[in-house]
Amino acid sequence: MSSETLAPPLCLPPRTVSSLQRSRQRMAWLLVAPSLLVLLAIAGLPLLRTFWMSLSDAQLADLSSRQFVGLANYIGDSGVLNDPEWWGAVRNTLWFALMSVGMETVLGLGIALMLNHPSRLKTLLRAAVLVPWAIPTVVSAKMWSWMLHDQFGVINAMLLALGLIGEPLAWTADPDLAFVTIVLVDVWKTTPFMALLILAALQMVPSDCYEAARVDGVPTWSVFLNLTLPLITPAVLVAMIFRTLDALRVFDLIYVMTSNSRTTKSMSVYVREQMIDFQLVGYGSAAATLLFLLIALITLCYMALARRRMEGH
Amino acid sequence: MKRSLISVAVLLGVAASAQAASLKISCGAVGQELELCKQAVAQWSKKTGHDVQVVATPNDSNERLALYQQILGSGSDKIDIFQIDVVWPGILANHLVDLKPLARGAEKQHFAGIVSNNTVAGRLVAMPWFTDAGLLYYRKDLLEKYKQPLPKTWEALTASARKIQDGERAAGNDRMWGYVWQGRAYEGLSCDALEWLVSYKGGTIIDNASGKPSINNPQAVKALQTAAGWVGTITPKAVLNYGEEEARGVFQAGNAVFMRNWPYAWALTQKDDSAVRGKVGVMALPKGGADGRNAATLGGWQLAVSKYTRNPQLAAELVLFLTGSEVQKQRAINGAYNPTIGALYRDPAVLQANPFFGELYNTFTSAVGRPSSITGTRYNQVSNQFWNATHDVLSGKSDAASALARLDASLKRLAPAGFGRAQ
Repeated sequence: MSSETLAPPLCLPPRTVSSLQRSRQRMAWLLVAPSLLVLLAIAGLPLLRTFWMSLSDAQLADLSSRQFVGLANYIGDSGVLNDPEWWGAVRNTLWFALMSVGMETVLGLGIALMLNHPSRLKTLLRAAVLVPWAIPTVVSAKMWSWMLHDQFGVINAMLLALGLIGEPLAWTADPDLAFVTIVLVDVWKTTPFMALLILAALQMVPSDCYEAARVDGVPTWSVFLNLTLPLITPAVLVAMIFRTLDALRVFDLIYVMTSNSRTTKSMSVYVREQMIDFQLVGYGSAAATLLFLLIALITLCYMALARRRMEGH
Repeated sequence: MKRSLISVAVLLGVAASAQAASLKISCGAVGQELELCKQAVAQWSKKTGHDVQVVATPNDSNERLALYQQILGSGSDKIDIFQIDVVWPGILANHLVDLKPLARGAEKQHFAGIVSNNTVAGRLVAMPWFTDAGLLYYRKDLLEKYKQPLPKTWEALTASARKIQDGERAAGNDRMWGYVWQGRAYEGLSCDALEWLVSYKGGTIIDNASGKPSINNPQAVKALQTAAGWVGTITPKAVLNYGEEEARGVFQAGNAVFMRNWPYAWALTQKDDSAVRGKVGVMALPKGGADGRNAATLGGWQLAVSKYTRNPQLAAELVLFLTGSEVQKQRAINGAYNPTIGALYRDPAVLQANPFFGELYNTFTSAVGRPSSITGTRYNQVSNQFWNATHDVLSGKSDAASALARLDASLKRLAPAGFGRAQ
């Protein structure tokens, strides 16, 4: 990017900026250009269009007759930022991301450590653990809805038989339980993803480190804390950011399991409701833009924090 | 959204290959619905010699509405006749032809309530095709066993349900519940809750004359309090996530005394695999207190002609044929679709297939419309706010009085000058 100023890169003495260097840089840009163009076309343009729509009062029934309304959809009296339901959805989504990613990381780490232990069953277990991740979310959400059904569900039947509960629980209907239930179903589904990424990182830890620790007689707990954990942290952080991004956009699970209930509404569910159910394309686009900005902001903060932590080491 | 666009593209492709003079009609895509539509359309084609294509649309009514809006919003003439839900005339009116001059009085033989629901600003935008109304299903055998009369009021229903539920549980069936209905946060809850409101004379959310919210009144509060009192006592708490099918599942398995549902459940409870076959009765929903009234929410589907069609005259003729007496009779006998023509409820062949049609004639004629005409394109927002407020009351998150006061304020914010006025 700095090639236009013709200032030589700092790390190199001026004389080495040859024509070869420049042509290599050009070549690099040329090679990247196709993917950049594709990215612009499939991500940039829709994003810009959504932003443009969010500045209008467009309705789904007749998109052509929209009028420019400036930032009214954002900060107007009936704008997104003044809608308590939007903030409810933001709160739900953030809680969901925090709880689900937290639990998935801890569980995933545990499962990965177990799978990393040499065993003849390892290959089989590794395949088995992937099953929840392989099922499409809509299917697993529907499946869990039936398993959690208050009258016919297998979960209530089991808990009743064990005497843990006195009467069947309404898992997805009870406002106190619905949110926790959704988090748990998400944990069930995506823990395998975490486990596999962490397992891959565990297998990259050089075995001579462990041998040295064993020779020195370091206790197992201390080996995990001072050797394993620091070495796999970068991979865990990357896995966590992937999951956080997914969790912030959560839609299908909530839409299938609890529909339009306010108790569990996420930001994506809110956006769909405004755009499709209420036909408010302009207003919905404003909410979608805010959703995008919020996710971008959280990602940037997270990456900055993660980098500082890594450099600290 | 993307999938809808693809569907539109497919539809356009199909349509482009057809002849210019032909008509295209979109019918319901659910099993028997599509088949019956195709049969009737074929009869008309044979009779008149005009070519008609039947286009299948998504099952989910929300997605179907979104697809319709995209097609109509672009002014496309690719579909001439749309099958629309009873709450859509207000949303789609601007894109639909006024059928009044073309119907030549044919609308007069249909139920007046539905015709007035389909009339937006003096224009008849759709012809009634089949109707639905909320009904009370009950277990004949259990009411007899416990010597309970058919409940005239919600209070009587509550007492009967309680008694039978307790009795059956003591006798060993601890899954027994008194009353199941639709309590999930969705359009179905708006239908159920509207029935409670009207039965207690608590209005229809928005006043049809002034267009102002009428929801904040003592009778409405009483109605919601009554319903909230059922949750956890005679109704399982999980009803807060029940739709029609979940409620039917509990009732049809023999685990409920009463159920609120649409007429379609009748045929299914009478099937061979039903645990309650032959033990079920159907009646009108009870009154709210002794001086209340019976109320059933109006459902059902209509046929409308797109403003962008090239053959409005011809399309209207097909609509009149399909909504006419002959086709409605076939559909009632073969598919148990409730006719919208009063005379058919006295037809012996129709009554033989659906015995309760005759007894409940009054229920179908006096069904209460949701406030969709007056709220127009904002109906979905109004309904969403209403079902969410109701859901909060039912789940105990809020008491009825303050939930309705909040709903009232929020509806007034949505349309400060009242609905149906300049917005």
